[in-house]
Amino acid sequence: MTKPSFVRQSVVPVLTVLAVLVAFWYVAALFMNHSMVVAEAQLKGLAFTPSATWLRSWTLDKPLLPAPHQVIAELWRSTAGLSVTSKRSLVYHGWVTLSATLLGFLLGTLLGILLAIGIVHQKVMDKSLMPWIIASQTVPILAVAPMLIVVLNAIGISGLLPKALISTYLSFFPVAVGMVKGLRSPEAIHLDLMRTYNADDFQVFTKLRWPASVPFLFASLKVGIAISLIGAIVGELPTGAVAGLGARLLSGSYYGQTIQIWAALFAAAFLAGLLVLLVGWSERLVMHLMGARPERRAG
Amino acid sequence: MLPLLLIAILGVALGISWLCVYLVHLGDRQPAARRFVDLAVPLLFGVMLVAEWELVTRGFGIPEILLPAPSIIVAAAANALPTLQEDVVQTFVKSVLSGYVVGCGLGFLAALLINRSGFLKRGLLPLGNFVSALPIVGVAPIAVMWFGFDWQSKAAVIVLMTFFPMLVNTEAGLTAAGHMERDLMRTYAATWGDEMRRLRLPAAWPFIFNALKINSTLALIGAIVAEFFGAPTYGVGFRISTEMGRMNTAMVWAEIGVAAILGSVFYGVIALIERRVTFWHPSVRKGQG
Repeated sequence: MTKPSFVRQSVVPVLTVLAVLVAFWYVAALFMNHSMVVAEAQLKGLAFTPSATWLRSWTLDKPLLPAPHQVIAELWRSTAGLSVTSKRSLVYHGWVTLSATLLGFLLGTLLGILLAIGIVHQKVMDKSLMPWIIASQTVPILAVAPMLIVVLNAIGISGLLPKALISTYLSFFPVAVGMVKGLRSPEAIHLDLMRTYNADDFQVFTKLRWPASVPFLFASLKVGIAISLIGAIVGELPTGAVAGLGARLLSGSYYGQTIQIWAALFAAAFLAGLLVLLVGWSERLVMHLMGARPERRAG
Repeated sequence: MLPLLLIAILGVALGISWLCVYLVHLGDRQPAARRFVDLAVPLLFGVMLVAEWELVTRGFGIPEILLPAPSIIVAAAANALPTLQEDVVQTFVKSVLSGYVVGCGLGFLAALLINRSGFLKRGLLPLGNFVSALPIVGVAPIAVMWFGFDWQSKAAVIVLMTFFPMLVNTEAGLTAAGHMERDLMRTYAATWGDEMRRLRLPAAWPFIFNALKINSTLALIGAIVAEFFGAPTYGVGFRISTEMGRMNTAMVWAEIGVAAILGSVFYGVIALIERRVTFWHPSVRKGQG
């Protein structure tokens, strides 16, 4: 009953928009690369027929805008075509980025939860810390990323941790703010009930505040994981293009390898989508285990 | 010397923390003092952070390359005011403001457009939500390749970064008006323009401002990161990466400080406008007690 309407309601429109985008991309590639093809023909003294000129703009080695099939071919070549340990394999670079993302995300989530617990239970922390937590995010923190990496490098900490720390800095914020909201979400009547049970703060926390905050936690985690990935990628930029998707972007831009840049971008997009999906799935699983059932719309 | 230093560090931390606790209790007992407390406590906390930073870096003799003391950073900033000004004009006035205005404007217009078409809405919104989670700063090298080293390429990155949050939020805001109100507009035979102006847009303002605030930080990040990939010989991001290469960390921190102040002011201005425009919203009314 719901299946066909789902297809008609969302799959068809999304695919249509995607198809239009891809078509637009091909046309844009034609026009943007055209001048390069003309220049190439002049350089080699070749005379392309008009149709050959147009076709050539979809197959250039270093085009201004690679055609979608070139990007997909590059993606395929650098994932399935190479061994996973190869320095040119996107799986290898993706894993480097992913591990930094996950470590940073984990640390950020823990930090955010701890801060939120402190803020909810200690009024002084609420008054003194909360404005600074908010202010910390109006700061373009990614600007500090190269700084942090080089400084930590100088004192002998390199590799995974500096990048993960940037992800931590970015991802603790949504978790802290969401959890403060979540831990304060139980209604006064429920808190009063806990008082009538003579529950202490710890019991109120484990039996009421924490369960009530789980939906808020997952909403924050979705934002946090996406932002962690961005932090890890930007954190890889100043490390001198060693490894990771960010390093792939940087080396691609140094050597004008546009197809490589686009492939790295697609890999990053794929990773982001996958991570958000994973958080969504674990949310549904946890909510199910906690006894939540799909809402009924009736009455 | 060392015990004295430790005592100073601990003393500052404990003293200011105690002052904060005292002020918070004072605020609890005397509602008249609450405004002052709400302002003073975070300020004191900030003073404590800076003081501890200064004490630790000076006291333990931490090399300036690793972490310069706040006083050194301020001195560096004061010495390089013309440079800082040039960088701010390049990064903030040219790149950020132009990209921000165009990106937010386009996102807003696109939301108005797809709001009229159910098909486009169902097709674009899931994509918009997905794109909002993507690391869009990654397009910076491509933008530099297409639009050159100057501010145009940074503005292009910012347009792309700010477009989708604006689109998704405005769209959510435009559908926020209740069915009852919309039906009422129908009974008045209101045109689309009337309905927008009198019902839907006012209801959408909180959502739109949410996007504007998110975008204000995104835009600054986009400009600075895009400058890492190539810039003329000025700009906040350019200066950060080159001064870092010269190990001139005080200047790097000065630029970061300037960027932080700019980001906060930008955010603050938008938040102020929000209070004016959405004065009726519960979150604003609560703030005025």
